[in-house]
Amino acid sequence: MSGLELIDVSKSYGATRVLDGVSLSIAPREFIAFLGPSGSGKSTLLRIIAGLETLDSGEVHLGGQRIDGLAPGARGIAMVFQHYALYPHMTVRENMAFGLINAKVPKDEIASRIAQAADILEIGSQLDKKPGQMSGGQRQRVAIGRAIVKQPRLFLLDEPLSNLDAALRSRTRVELAQLRNRVDAALIMVTHDQAEAMTLADRIVVMNDRRIQQVGTPAEVYARPANAFVARFVGSPAMAMLAGRVISGESGRLRVRLAGGAELQTAVAAAGIAADAPVEVGLRPEHVTLAPPGSGGIAATVELVERLGDRTFIYTRLAEGSEVIACAPGFSEVRPGDEVLLAIDAAAAHVFSADGTAHHPEASA
Amino acid sequence: MNRARRDALVGYAFVGPFLLVYAAVLVVPLLMGIVISFNNADLFGRREWIGLANYAQALSDPVLRQAFFNTLTLTLLIVPPLTVIALLLALALNRNTRLAAVLRGVFFSSLVLSVTIVTLIWRFILTPDAGLVAVGLQAVGQPPIPFLSDPAYVIPALAVTTLWWSLGFPIMLFLAGLQQVPGDIYEAAALDGAGRWTVFRRITLPSIRRTLLLVVMLQTAAQLQIFGQAQLLTGGGPGGASRTIVLYIFEVSFGRWELGYATAIAELLFGMILLVTLLQYWFVTRQEGDRA
Ligand SMILES: Nc1ncnc2c1ncn2[C@@H]1O[C@H](COP(=O)(O)OP(=O)(O)OP(=O)(O)O)[C@@H](O)[C@H]1O
Ligand SMILES: [Mg+2]
Repeated sequence: MSGLELIDVSKSYGATRVLDGVSLSIAPREFIAFLGPSGSGKSTLLRIIAGLETLDSGEVHLGGQRIDGLAPGARGIAMVFQHYALYPHMTVRENMAFGLINAKVPKDEIASRIAQAADILEIGSQLDKKPGQMSGGQRQRVAIGRAIVKQPRLFLLDEPLSNLDAALRSRTRVELAQLRNRVDAALIMVTHDQAEAMTLADRIVVMNDRRIQQVGTPAEVYARPANAFVARFVGSPAMAMLAGRVISGESGRLRVRLAGGAELQTAVAAAGIAADAPVEVGLRPEHVTLAPPGSGGIAATVELVERLGDRTFIYTRLAEGSEVIACAPGFSEVRPGDEVLLAIDAAAAHVFSADGTAHHPEASA
Repeated sequence: MNRARRDALVGYAFVGPFLLVYAAVLVVPLLMGIVISFNNADLFGRREWIGLANYAQALSDPVLRQAFFNTLTLTLLIVPPLTVIALLLALALNRNTRLAAVLRGVFFSSLVLSVTIVTLIWRFILTPDAGLVAVGLQAVGQPPIPFLSDPAYVIPALAVTTLWWSLGFPIMLFLAGLQQVPGDIYEAAALDGAGRWTVFRRITLPSIRRTLLLVVMLQTAAQLQIFGQAQLLTGGGPGGASRTIVLYIFEVSFGRWELGYATAIAELLFGMILLVTLLQYWFVTRQEGDRA
């Protein structure tokens, strides 16, 4: 059985285009995260899949069946809403039973499904309460329970953790990971939070500017971002981008002169990039370290120091103005205002053409 | 002075002026009315304590009994259809189209018409010689119906007039109630495969229960005091067939100058309205139990 298939989906609100030719293919039991900045169309895409929004053009298929013309309730999809959207006048049990009654599921079947879901989510003692009498975390579980009992082919979750406090958030994150092992369905979760996407998803769909920017495993999206947007958006702290120009490459690898004059010999294949072309060099914090005084590093001024205990991020600014974040092990003693030298692991640098296309370092031969 | 005390004083200072006016024009007259109802009183201040005699007279007054049944019939003819029609119209108008916005304005505008204008309009419609209905009936070869002079038709005619006049406010209340229902539970219901009727019965209706109660209570209280239409459209006639309780109170106090008797009837009406609305409130809220 095939999973979810989006073919060239487009959507506009009036004159504003929100989604532009989105295509995506999801395996039957895959856990997918939609990640992107606010307004990038994540919720809209999710709602189109659910049938809560119409699409202007394109197709949606689920399990080999075209579903974009079906009513939301006929698609075999369950959704967990950001604000839970529980029926306030119904008890927890009635909330979970509502969809099943509408689908004419037999009574004892309904009872056993609810009992099972309540057991998994540990809400068995709350079944006769109303949502107004429950905490946010409990409501969240009820919302998940209401989705589980429907035994859908696809779960949609719109920012399921955004309304929870930090402690509950990490606990629910674990529960979501367990949930995906228990259910025989694909899961799509919308999130702003890349840590959430990285830890939970099999594949991440990075969205921006009406389009899918990249689809890939968390490792791929992090290590081989498809373009400058993904490179900057994924990873925390963000990748630093330094403007430069290509100078002649050595043994087929790009050599770049930065705006400040320093030259970097990268491990990026030179093929297809013209000499003297303007590029940006992308550096993750872990590839920039502090060089001992007197060694041949790039001079920079420390602006901010973020000590996390096991390592320290040092936000610096180069003389020509660009910001570079360095990483030092343990508890670094540098302070804002200090002049430091940066050692750059040029072999790990990414290069981005002027149009944003990414070129990744090749494994050194 | 501690802080809570000061806050309380500030609070009283804000509501004080209102409470004074409220007491002066409502509470005091209400209490005075109770006192007067035990007297043989006229409009010129003559008072003679006669205990419960006014109330005894009321209970055996055949005119009052007729007015009571007229009022009850009118209330029953008006409140249920008014509630249902207003709810249906509110459901139809609860959307973001320009037409709906215009129609909301139209329905609400009937509310600002005074009772005088409303009865004038309906006189044009109902009068048997040249009214709109009569003209229509004549066109199909039927004789005109004497809506305002036949005892069988006056009550329905008054009910229709009142319905038309009273729709605006309940529609607004229902619209306000419908706007309070969060949109996402409708989306959840759509994903739960609920059809239109199920959505109405299981989602919309329970969500606007309080508004429904409010509308029924307000309308019942209002229609039990129905007066202006009856006086202006039919004058209570023919033969008292459309005389309502408040119209009778008006006649007794300002026609017969029997202020004591009139206030006694008014107190009885007040008690009845209080009882009915409390019953309605109890009936609706008793099932809510522990609703948050
Ligand atoms: N009903 C609507 N009418 C008009 N424009 C809309 C509507 N819904 C969404 N949009 C627009 O569509 C774009 C995408 O919105 P969407 O809600 O899908 O973004 P999102 O990625 O979910 O953002 P967020 O992370 O803030 O939830 C936004 O620019 C938004 O303003
Ligand atoms: Mg969103």
